[in-house]
Amino acid sequence: MVDFDFGVIIRSAGYLFYEGMAFTLFLTFFAGTLGFALGILLAVLRSSSYRPVRWLAATYVNTIRSLPLVLVIFWFFFLVPFVTQWVVGSPRPVAVGAVWSALITFTLFEAAYFCEIIRSGINGIPRGQIEASSALGFRPVQRFLLIILPQAVRNMTPVILTQLIILFQDTSLVYVVSLTDFLGAAGKIGQRDGRLVEMYLFSAAVYFVICYAASILVRRLSERNTISLARVGS
Amino acid sequence: MAALIDMKLVSKWYGDLHVLKECTASVTKGEVVVICGPSGSGKSTLIKCLNGLEQIQKGTIIVDGIDLGSPKTDLPALRSRIGMVFQHFELFPHLDVLANLTLAQTKVLRRAKAEAEERAMTLLKRVGLEAKARSYPAQLSGGQQQRVAIARALAMDPVAVLFDEPTSALDPEMISEVLDVMVALAREGTTMVAVTHEMGFARQVADRVIFMDGGEIVEDAPSGGFFEQPQSERARAFLSKILAHTAG
Ligand SMILES: Nc1ncnc2c1ncn2[C@@H]1O[C@H](COP(=O)(O)OP(=O)(O)OP(=O)(O)O)[C@@H](O)[C@H]1O
Ligand SMILES: [Mg+2]
Repeated sequence: MVDFDFGVIIRSAGYLFYEGMAFTLFLTFFAGTLGFALGILLAVLRSSSYRPVRWLAATYVNTIRSLPLVLVIFWFFFLVPFVTQWVVGSPRPVAVGAVWSALITFTLFEAAYFCEIIRSGINGIPRGQIEASSALGFRPVQRFLLIILPQAVRNMTPVILTQLIILFQDTSLVYVVSLTDFLGAAGKIGQRDGRLVEMYLFSAAVYFVICYAASILVRRLSERNTISLARVGS
Repeated sequence: MAALIDMKLVSKWYGDLHVLKECTASVTKGEVVVICGPSGSGKSTLIKCLNGLEQIQKGTIIVDGIDLGSPKTDLPALRSRIGMVFQHFELFPHLDVLANLTLAQTKVLRRAKAEAEERAMTLLKRVGLEAKARSYPAQLSGGQQQRVAIARALAMDPVAVLFDEPTSALDPEMISEVLDVMVALAREGTTMVAVTHEMGFARQVADRVIFMDGGEIVEDAPSGGFFEQPQSERARAFLSKILAHTAG
C-alpha cells in the first residue's frame, strides 16, 4: 500500500525555496550574466585579426564544449585552489570555497556556449549593415557595439534564453561539490524523512512549470522576431 | 573649379579578377553623375571605392582634397562626410526611424541630441515621413525605407551622396516616390553620384553619364550627348536594351 505524504513539501517549503531555489537562481543569474559578457569577449577574440589570439579563443571554446559540465565542475573544484595559489604566489593552495568555485566554473563553461551563440548571431548580420554603418563614419568599435552586437543579440534572443533554461537545469550538478541547490535540497529532505518519491515528484513539477513557462516565452519571442525580420528589406 | 571627387587610373582586383581597369573620372561640386552599365561591369565596386569601402590596388582617389590611399587618412572621418544610399536600404532594424537618423549624428559628429533630432525631423519632413519617426524599419514599405535611408545620409550634411541602385529593389509603384526625392536633391545642387538604370532620371537631372563595361569606363559624356549619340557600340547596345525594357 503506497502512502504518500505531501505535507512534507509544506513543512520544508522554506528550506526548499529560500535556500535551494535561491541558490539555483543565484547561480543561474550570475553565471548567466557573467558568462554572457565573457562570451561576447570570446566571440570578439575569435574574430581577432591576430592569429594566436583567434587560435587560443577557439581552442578554449572547443575544449570546454567537448567536456561534460559535471567533469568541468569537479576538476575546477580541485584545480582552482592550485591555480589561485599560482596566480597570487601563495605558499599553499588557496581555499576558494565551493560557491565561488561553482560560480567561476559555470561562468567559464557558459561563456563558451554563449560565444558560439553570439558568433552565429554576428555571422547572420548582412554585409550591407556593416557597409552602411562604415559609410556613416562609425569606427570599428562603435560599429560593433551600436550596430552589430545589438542585432546579433536580438536575433539570437530565443537561443540565448534556451541556453539560460539549460543552465537553470544544469545548476543541479553542483551536488558533486556538495552544494545544495533546489534539487539537492529536495533530495536531502526526502532522504531525511523517507519521502524521496514525494520530493522528486514535486521537484519535477516545479522544474517543469518554470521551464515550460520560459519555453513558451521563448517561442513567443522567436515568432515575433521571425515576423519582424520577414518584413525588413524588400 | 577643382574636382570634389577625382580618381585617376584606378585599378582593382578580386584575386585574379580584374574588376576595375584604369578608371579615370572626376565629379565637381554640384554635379550629378549617373553610372550605368551591364551587370557585373564594376559599378558597385567603383562607387564603393569612392568612400573607401573597397580598397584599390592601383591609382589614386582624392575626395574633397583628401587622398583615400594615404595611410594618414582617417577613413571613418572622411566617410562621415560622404553620404551613401544602398540598393537594400540598410536601415538599422533594431532602431526606430528617428534613431536611425540621429545615431551617427550624435556618435560620429558629436552633435547634441536635441540638435540631431531637430535635423532628423527636418529631413523626415522633406522626404514626407515625419509621421513615421517612431516606426521601425520593418513597419515601412520599401519606398518609405529608402526615403528614410536618404534622409539618414543627408543628416550628416555630406559633401556628396553616393547611390548604388537605389530603386532596383523596389516594387514599380514605389520607384517614383524615391526618384522624386532624388530629383529634388539634384535640383537643389547636391553633388550626386548614382548607379542607376533609371534613364528617365538620368535624362532629367544628370549632368554626365558614365558608361561602364567589363571594369572599364567606356564612355563619360554629358547626358544629352550620351543618349542622343553614344560613341561606342557597347553603349549603343546597352541603351537599346535598357530603353526597350523601360518602354515595355
Ligand atoms: N567581394 C567580391 N569578391 C569577389 N568578386 C567580387 C566581389 N564583389 C564583386 N565581385 C565581382 O566583381 C565584378 C563587379 O561587381 P560589381 O558588383 O561591382 O558589378 P555591378 O556593375 O555593380 O553589377 P550589378 O549591376 O549586378 O550590381 C563582378 O564580376 C562580381 O562578381
Ligand atoms: Mg551593383
